This record gives sequence, structure tokens and C-alpha cells, in this order.
Amino acid sequence: MNIQDYKGIYVFIQQVDGKVAGVSHELLGKARELAQKMETKVTAVLLGYQVSGLCGDLASYGADKIVLVDNKDLEIYSTRPYAYAVCKVIEHFKPAVLLYGATAIGRDLAPRVAAKIRTGLTADCTKLDVADDGTKNLLMTRPAFGGNIMATIICPDYRPQMATVRPGVMQKIKPVEDASAPVDNFAVEIPESMKDVQILGVVKKESHKIDIQDAKILVSGGRGMGCAENFKMLEDCANALGGTVSSSRACVDAGWVEKDIQVGQTGKTVRPDLYLACGISGAIQHLAGMEESNLIIAINKDETAPIFDVADWGVVGDVTKIIPLFTEGVKKAIAERNK
Amino acid sequence: MNIVVCIKQVPNTNEVKIDPKTGTLIREGVPSIINPDDKAGLEAALRLKDSQGAHVTVLTMGPPQAETALREALAMGADEAVLVTDRAFGGADTWATAHTIAAAVEKLPYDLIITGRQAIDGDAAQVGPQIAENLNIPNISYAEEIKVEGEYVTVKRQFEDRYHILKAKMPCLITALSELNTPRYMTPGGIVDAYQKEIKKITRADLDVADGDIGLKGSPTRVVKTFTKSPKAAGTLVSNLNSQEAADYILEKLKEKFII
Amino acid sequence: MDFKLSAQQEMARTLFRDFAEKEVKPLAQEIDEEERFPTETLEKFRKYKFMGIPYSKEWGGAGCDTLTYEICLEELSKVCATTATMLSAHTSLGTWPILKYGTPEQKEKYVRKLCTGEYLGAFALTEPNAGTDSSAQQTKAVLDGDHYVLNGNKIFITNSGYADTYVIFAMTNKSLGNHGISAFIVEKNFPGFSVGKEEKKMGIRGSSTCELIFENCIVPKENLLGQEGKGFSIAMATLDNGRIGIAAQALGIAEGALDETIKYVKQRKQFGRPLAKFQNTQFEIADMVTKTKAAQLLMYRAAIAEDEKPRYSEEAAMAKLYCASTAMDVTTRCLQLHGGYGYTREYPIERMMRDAKITEIYEGTSEVQKMVISKYAFK
Repeated sequence: MNIQDYKGIYVFIQQVDGKVAGVSHELLGKARELAQKMETKVTAVLLGYQVSGLCGDLASYGADKIVLVDNKDLEIYSTRPYAYAVCKVIEHFKPAVLLYGATAIGRDLAPRVAAKIRTGLTADCTKLDVADDGTKNLLMTRPAFGGNIMATIICPDYRPQMATVRPGVMQKIKPVEDASAPVDNFAVEIPESMKDVQILGVVKKESHKIDIQDAKILVSGGRGMGCAENFKMLEDCANALGGTVSSSRACVDAGWVEKDIQVGQTGKTVRPDLYLACGISGAIQHLAGMEESNLIIAINKDETAPIFDVADWGVVGDVTKIIPLFTEGVKKAIAERNK
Repeated sequence: MNIVVCIKQVPNTNEVKIDPKTGTLIREGVPSIINPDDKAGLEAALRLKDSQGAHVTVLTMGPPQAETALREALAMGADEAVLVTDRAFGGADTWATAHTIAAAVEKLPYDLIITGRQAIDGDAAQVGPQIAENLNIPNISYAEEIKVEGEYVTVKRQFEDRYHILKAKMPCLITALSELNTPRYMTPGGIVDAYQKEIKKITRADLDVADGDIGLKGSPTRVVKTFTKSPKAAGTLVSNLNSQEAADYILEKLKEKFII
Repeated sequence: MDFKLSAQQEMARTLFRDFAEKEVKPLAQEIDEEERFPTETLEKFRKYKFMGIPYSKEWGGAGCDTLTYEICLEELSKVCATTATMLSAHTSLGTWPILKYGTPEQKEKYVRKLCTGEYLGAFALTEPNAGTDSSAQQTKAVLDGDHYVLNGNKIFITNSGYADTYVIFAMTNKSLGNHGISAFIVEKNFPGFSVGKEEKKMGIRGSSTCELIFENCIVPKENLLGQEGKGFSIAMATLDNGRIGIAAQALGIAEGALDETIKYVKQRKQFGRPLAKFQNTQFEIADMVTKTKAAQLLMYRAAIAEDEKPRYSEEAAMAKLYCASTAMDVTTRCLQLHGGYGYTREYPIERMMRDAKITEIYEGTSEVQKMVISKYAFK
């Protein structure tokens, strides 16, 4: 393998049901930044069936070029067919870097590809940068030990350098209207031996809520809320603010709320404009999921709670008494503004 | 049916602290546990043992103290334990680890391999699928439910907003989530049995692998730096406000920042 | 002299601690307030094979050593003394004598079921007029053909009403005094046997403590345990073995109280700083931690002695005496460190103090322990 032969920042585009995942847009945004430093271009790698219509969108979000593998066998995600196709793309195009979203798909696909190609993969990166020591190696930084330390990792001798990144960590660029990028239709035939897992059914989970990773305002509850019923006041507050409710792990473990609104190391990473932490102590695993929020306001009755170390403003008090009063105030203020 | 469960002994990261002076991890006194996702995988295997009489072998790659994790698995009901250990394996990243473990698993009879999704120390979630690739067998990740019928496994495979029902012919590998089940406790009698069993050891000499593919040398990735995150600068903390005053204070801040 | 536990014992401790924290602790307050026997925990003991920990696998036990069993009681007692009482009365008092003195038929019939938890066991020696003076047995057993007829009553019997078998003591020959007492295995369904009123207690309120009534109770001849007249020595030997369990219970109560208190004094602030920063608190804690550690060493020594020596009465008595007084002392002082909050039921410390008291009384009062110890001192 000659490292010099490998060029370009490639991004695996996750699409499900013909919709591109937000994380893929975020990665294109980051890829642009890395491409500039590495003096190279950004290529989107799109797998699916009859998905060429998504290419314009990819260009808007930063792709200079798109490699499209359109094949009936890739209609629904399945590990080996997808891994096989991605490996063929890598073998042909020789990217220097390949990024994936750290999703239920990415975290299954990327390791399989890494093992097949024999290259390095760093998971759940929170920071990507380019080394300035002349090597232009990708610097991949990620949390370890449950978020207690950060590690910066390189893959110096193998290509592509691969990384998975969690949704909500990188930022998309402002989409460029009417952007276009050349599309390379790359044909891959998936061998029968790769089709060894049958998809018997696809069942969608019912969810009418805004995904907490898309919300701009999060009203988040922790153990200090006291009971499941008290989450109602958080919902009222979120509704008044135009946001959505999220939670710490303690409330999920206690069965008060569903896991899909859990913020933290084993939950979701969020970067809302406002994170209102209600009765959350701020254990390090929780902070890992929200400390990049633009504005953090915390209410807790314990003034030594670690959440106050990351909060921009902290209030010591009984959250179950403060929140209802606050919600009233918000409603009044908005009514005033709309007069 | 033969099931091989791969487990990892990890420090309980909920109890790990940072030394404020050196900025490094304090590992002493932190209890070691079986990684939670792996324990769920072990429980899934033990349930198949209960219902279908499967033979469960538990395997770990690690230093000699990883034996304790194997003993715990035996005390929960696993039939056999294998410790893959050698200085030559040290410093391995996920690629080299998976390659080594796959070579060790090859020496055992297996129909089903179960691993955990991710370890709470490395958090990488890679070794499972990579072992499968090394063994050239299918893998199904994020298993929420596992059913075995004859030569086939049917698995409920979790995604963020949906699940797939997948069917594969064994041999195959499944990665388990800690949400899959509630693992059983050991029994006191199981602990007695566990310490009477011989743990099989597999060393470098037993494996058909190349030196360049194991340990530090076999690792495509390398850590160049570790550091603790600098705590975000503390903001303003107010106390001694009554509830109404507190509510007003927050509202005022949001107005200042144009959120309202 | 090795002060370390073996890897096996450490693993067992981890199991018991985990189980206690997750399964027993959440119920502790409730079963105390409601004075409720924890049947769900008994179910879990059965499921996880905790019912015959120190007994051999041959009989369906776990095959562990005595120390492992005592560690189980210690860990359970840290979070709930009631639960530990249920298990220790079953294991040490209800099962042990049948295993040690039973005929092969009796062992076959009862021991396996007790060790697997199919049966819950109990032990009945105490009577209204026979407490410390246990030889003053008034319950009578008269042989009539192929069975004994029992008349009398027992009080303060742990696990009563839930137990399947009771090892009970009755006078078969009053003229022989101590040597006229015999032991019997009574099944709950024997005609003439009934469970009477339940005691309302200061502590271990979830433990079932009732009166047993024998009204022409028919006990088959085969259920005589050991020989006629040997009952008293069976009772004494059983209590020797059981009192290490009570020492373990008292020790656990003291340790649990300290754990809660250390947590509390680090959090609670007065005069601008946590209580833990005041010298009084520090000295109190230092004193209690040292005492408790000493108590632990005495208990462990007794447990090891049981497995290594034929007679261990002295070690057992010292362990119970010291652990019980430590439990009483430590819980009282810990409650004091909690201040007003300690007096409320919001915190577990008042329950621990109430639970501690019984350890100075049952299975041989502290005074009895002193009698045993001084007897050995003056040899």
C-alpha cells in the first residue's frame, strides 16, 4: 500500500427510505474544512436503490463529487452487501479519509469495512483535525473510559483513515442553493455469498416527538425531578419555549421516560441553543452528552452539583417549584411580545 | 449447539476518577467488572442453554487478572472458559484484538458467537463485527431479541427509529446490547464450581497468526495523546432566591440572550 | 496468619453485596413499616440457591465454607437485618441440627428440601418460662406407641407461620432435668400444631415472630431428632453455630450504619461546612470504624474456627458479644451524628438502631455469652 496514492476526504452518506441522515450533512460540513487543510476535495459515497435524486442535496451540503452505487441489493441496509460495496469503492477510488456517522448503521458497517480492508477505525470522534507535522495525518479525538478522558488517535500507516462521528457533534454548512456536483455511477455487483442475512421485516417505532438531537431548546429532567409525574411540568415548559423534553440516564433507568430522550454517554449527544437542566446533578457521563450546548442553565437544590461547573447560569433551588412559575413567566412574556 | 461468548473485563467507569494533580485516571481501587453489554450477551447464551441445552464457552483476551471475569461467567452458569493471554497481544487496537480473538475462536467449536456491542472503557463498538469479518461469517449487531430454530437465528436488530427482523444461518455472530435482558446473578454454589474448573489458556504459540497482525505492531491505529477535558469555565451561581425570584431570574437571562 | 479472603470468598462477597443492594435494599424500609415478611426475597433466595450456602452439594447446598455464609449474612444485614434474620434462622437453626444429628432417612426427607429452599426451616426452644433458662422446658412429649404426643407452647419463634419444618424441643423425662429434653422435627401440617399470635417488635419488624401451640400434637416416632435426652446438647450446639450468624448480622448492621453516616456527614453542612470537617465527627467515625473492624475480625475468626475445630464455643461467644455491643453502640452514635434527621424515618439509621438491639438478646443474651467466655477464661 502506498500512502501517497490515497487522496480525498470521503463521507459515507447514510440514507434510509430515501432520506439522508442529518449526521451525513454534518460530516460533509466537517469534510470541507478538512479538505481545505489537506488541500483536497470532498466526495460523498451514496449507496441505495433509485436514490440518484439525493445527489443535489449532497452537493448543497458540501460534496464536490458523488460516488453513487445504485443497486437493488442495497435498497435496505444490510451489513455484508454494504460493506462489500464500500470496500469496492475504497479499492477503486483510494480515499485518504472515510467518515461515517456513528449510528446504528455506521457503527456496524465501518468496523466490518475496516476489518476487510485492514485499516484503522476510530469510533465516536468528537474532534477531527489535520496534523501540522508534515504528514497531514488525520487527528481523531474521542472520549474514553466513559468520557473521563480524551484520546487523540492517528492511523499513520494504513489507508483510508476511517472515523465514525456521532450526530450532533459536527456542524453542517449553510446549504448552498442550486449546487451541483458530478456524479460517478459506480456499479458493484453484490455476490450471493454476501447476501447471507435475510430481512424478514422492517418495523418502525412510533414516535411523533421531535428528535432531541434536532431540537433547538431542550428542557431536560434528572433524578431531582422526583417522579415520573413531574415530567409533565417539563413538557409544559418545553411547549411554552418551543422546545422538547430530554432526560438524564437516571430517569430512563427509573422507567420514568423512554430511552430515546436520554442525553449522555450512552444516550444522545445534543447541541441545542438552550439546555435547561432541571434537577440534574451533572455526572460526567451526562455532561459528555450536552456540554457543547450553546447556553446551559441549571436548577438544582444541591449547590455542589457538578452541573453548575458547566452551566452559564445556575440557580440553587427546588426545581419542582421554580419550573411552573418560570413557565408562566415565559407564556406571559411571549404573549406580551406578540401583542 | 455451541455458543462462544466473548467478554471483556473492564474497570467500572462509573467509579473512575481523575487525579486533579496529574490529570490522569486513578485506576486503583476501581472494581473490575464484566462489561455490561457482554454480560447481556452471556445471559442470552445462558438462556439458550436453559431452553435448548446449548454448551456455552466464555472467552476473553486480556492479562492474567481477566481470569476473574471468566470465573464470574462460570459462576453464572457458563460451561467452559478460555483466556487468550500473551504479552505479544498487548497494546492491541480493535483491529488486532479482533484478529487475535478470531484466531482463538477458530480453535473452538461454535455455531453462534455472541459479543457485546461496546466496552465501557474503549467505547469503540468494533470488535464484534471485526471478529465476524475475520471468520468470514455474517454478523448481526444491536440485537434486541434472539431466537434459535434449528440451524437459524432470528434476531430483532435495533436501529434508532425502527428494528429489522433478520434471519441468518449459523455460524454467525451477534452483538448484544445491555438492554437485551437483565443478567442473572451468580449462585454461591456456582462460585464454588467456577473455582474448581480449569481455565483453558491460549497463548501466542497456539495461534496461527502473523507477528505483524497482533499486539501493538498489528494495530493500524495509535494513540498519540491522552488528556482530560478542561472543565468549561464556571458560570454564575445564584442561591437564596425564592422560587418566584428564581423563575424571574432565568426568564431575564433568556431575554438577554434573545431566546425569548 | 492470613488476613486476606480467598478469591472465591471475594467473589461471593461481590455477589452478596450486589444482590443486597439491588434486591434487598429497595424493600427494606417498606417491610419494616408494614411489618411484612419479605416473601419475594425468599423467592429470590430460592432461585439463586442461597438457602443452603454452607452445606454440601450432596444435600443440595452450595458447598461453600462457613465464612462465605457469614459474609452473606453480613452483606444482607448492611441493608436489611430482617432479611438476614430470615436466612440465618433457616440455615443455622432450622437446617443445621437435622444435618448434624439426623438419621439418613431424616436427612433424605428434610435436608435436601431445606438446602434447595423448597422448605423454609425454623427452630423452637424458647418458652414463656424458658428463655435464658432454656432447660426449664415445660412443653411435654409423651411416647404413645408409634408416635409422640406434644403439649405446650413456644414463643418468639422466627420464621413461624412461613416455615415448613420446625426443630422443636420438649421434655420427655422431667426427672432427668437437662438430660430429659429431646429434639423433634415437626412439620407444619402435623395434627395439633398451630401458629399463634404474632409479636409486635421494636426492630426486625418484617421478621415473622409468633407463638407455636402444641395441643395433643402428633409427631411420628421417626421424627425424634437424635436420641431421647440428647435434646439439650443438640440445642446448645445449634445455638453455638447460630450465634456466629447473629454476630455477622450485628456486624453488618454496624457497617451499614457507618456507610450511611459517612455519606451523610460529607453532605450535611452546618456552620458553613460539612459535618465531616468537624473534629468531633472525625473522632467519632474513627472510633466506630476501628471498633467495627475489630468486631469483623472476631466474627471471621469464629467462622474459620467452626470449619477448623470441633469446638468453637469460645470464639462464637466472643464474636456475638462484641459484634452485638458494637452494633448497638455504633448505630446509637451514628444516629446522633445524623441529628434531627436521624430521628425521622426518612433516613434508615433509626431502623438500624432499632434492629441492632435484638442482637444483644436472641440466640443467647450477651450475659450468656459472658458466662461462656468466663468459663473458658477460668479453665
